[in-house]
Amino acid sequence: MAYSEKVLDHYENPRNVGVLEDDRSVGTGMVGAPACGDVMKLQIKVNGDGIIEDAKFKTYGCGSAIASSSLVTEWVKGKSLDEAAEIKNTQIAEELALPPVKIHCSVLAEDAIAAAIDNYRNKNQ
Amino acid sequence: MSDIKLPIYLDYSATTPIDPRVAAKMAECLTIEGNFGNPASRSHSFGWTAEAAVDRARQQVADLINADPREIVWTSGATESDNLAIKGAAHFYRKKGNHIITMKTEHKAVLDTCRQLEREGFDVTYLDPRENGLLDLETLKAATTDQTILISIMHANNEIGVIQDIEAIGEFAREKRIIFHVDAAQSTGKVDIDLEKLKVDLMSFCAHKSYGPKGVGALYVRRKPRVRLEAQMHGGGHERGMRSGTLATHQIVGMGEAFQIAREEMATENERIRMLRDRLYNGLNTMEEVYVNGDLDHRIAGNLNISFNFVEGESLIMALRDLAVSSGSACTSASLEPSYVLRALGRNDELAHSSIRFTIGRFTSAEEIDYTVELVRAAVKKLRDLSPLWDMYKDGIDLNSVEWVAH
Repeated sequence: MAYSEKVLDHYENPRNVGVLEDDRSVGTGMVGAPACGDVMKLQIKVNGDGIIEDAKFKTYGCGSAIASSSLVTEWVKGKSLDEAAEIKNTQIAEELALPPVKIHCSVLAEDAIAAAIDNYRNKNQ
Repeated sequence: MSDIKLPIYLDYSATTPIDPRVAAKMAECLTIEGNFGNPASRSHSFGWTAEAAVDRARQQVADLINADPREIVWTSGATESDNLAIKGAAHFYRKKGNHIITMKTEHKAVLDTCRQLEREGFDVTYLDPRENGLLDLETLKAATTDQTILISIMHANNEIGVIQDIEAIGEFAREKRIIFHVDAAQSTGKVDIDLEKLKVDLMSFCAHKSYGPKGVGALYVRRKPRVRLEAQMHGGGHERGMRSGTLATHQIVGMGEAFQIAREEMATENERIRMLRDRLYNGLNTMEEVYVNGDLDHRIAGNLNISFNFVEGESLIMALRDLAVSSGSACTSASLEPSYVLRALGRNDELAHSSIRFTIGRFTSAEEIDYTVELVRAAVKKLRDLSPLWDMYKDGIDLNSVEWVAH
């Protein structure tokens, strides 16, 4: 499959790979299923002002899935939770020029952001 | 390392390059100076010369499989041979019964042909293999009824390379007077085929998996006891009425030459290829969570189909862009379904997603294998460092106990 240069760049040099130490300031979202061929784990660290100051990911999946998750870790940093929640899969797909059969990867990345935010909010109710 | 040409071709089960000796023979059958005549022309020497070349090739193909040249019908490839064998026999013998038996791990050329016959009113049983990919003869016996007219089981599997026991299946089929068809597209030059001994009635071949050209194949149709077929292609009555159409002399000559080379060189070639395959396997299986798909003993020498758990196949193929390999992963297929062959083995979907098929052939070198081992080990490590599943595995979490949100 011919991938865009942006996908290849994120795949070759994924940003923010890793794991954040779990505490109250960290929200973790894990979406997807191994049987479907992709699992994304996205973590956000939120500071006292409600701003996401760090994000890390680990992804099992195809090149588009890895690139989508790498991209959203860059995008959510510096955003408030509400701003981060507004990131849409269409923006991810457009930025990475994903082919139609790979749109589900961008949907999964959007789901991962929502899951991480939910997890953070549940911890800090 | 400097003398390795990239990418390295390790997809010999998809197709092979034409052997230069074969290409030279084919080139002699194209231009005005060459043997370009129509083998069916009876009125001049151009036709006679072309016919002689076709006859020679027929003998070369027959020699590889120990058959009579009159039992060889030229086709456009194994897909056409499978269609002609299965539809041709089913249609001819439909008054005897309407039941056909095949296997879930067959090539699509067999499976889709059987599906078509189902639409025409035939009953088809698709047998499950054992976990190692091999057919249990008892399963076949149990599926047979007094309506069974045809059994179609492949020789060597295209994805996992396992070799079915066609000798035993043939004995059973002959005893029950059931026609036995074998798709042997992947086994010529890799496994000995002796049709004097094997009780096979119909056998499909193609040239391009054995260093011959694409676009040509053959169907073996047994004379004693005689097997009848209803033609699928009608026209000038070529090939004793079983397959009309002008014979493509250059293609046929190429197939003949390729099969002759296969016969002469297969013993030494297979030994060399097996050594390379084992070198590849030994280089990879020292990693954790690596699984071979399909039986390792009953297997053609050049095939290694292997799953790297917790790594997704398409991303692995991306990391291995210097290698030409194929994957059972959903993401590399248009349908987004993982390999039906691996699923039929009862492998879980994760292992199907993470599978890579390496197929080694005539032009593979030991240096290429060593380089491949290095590349694959580095890529698997990189992707496992990225994989949340690998972390969970390392933390001792049973992935089957996790409630995944399927999508």
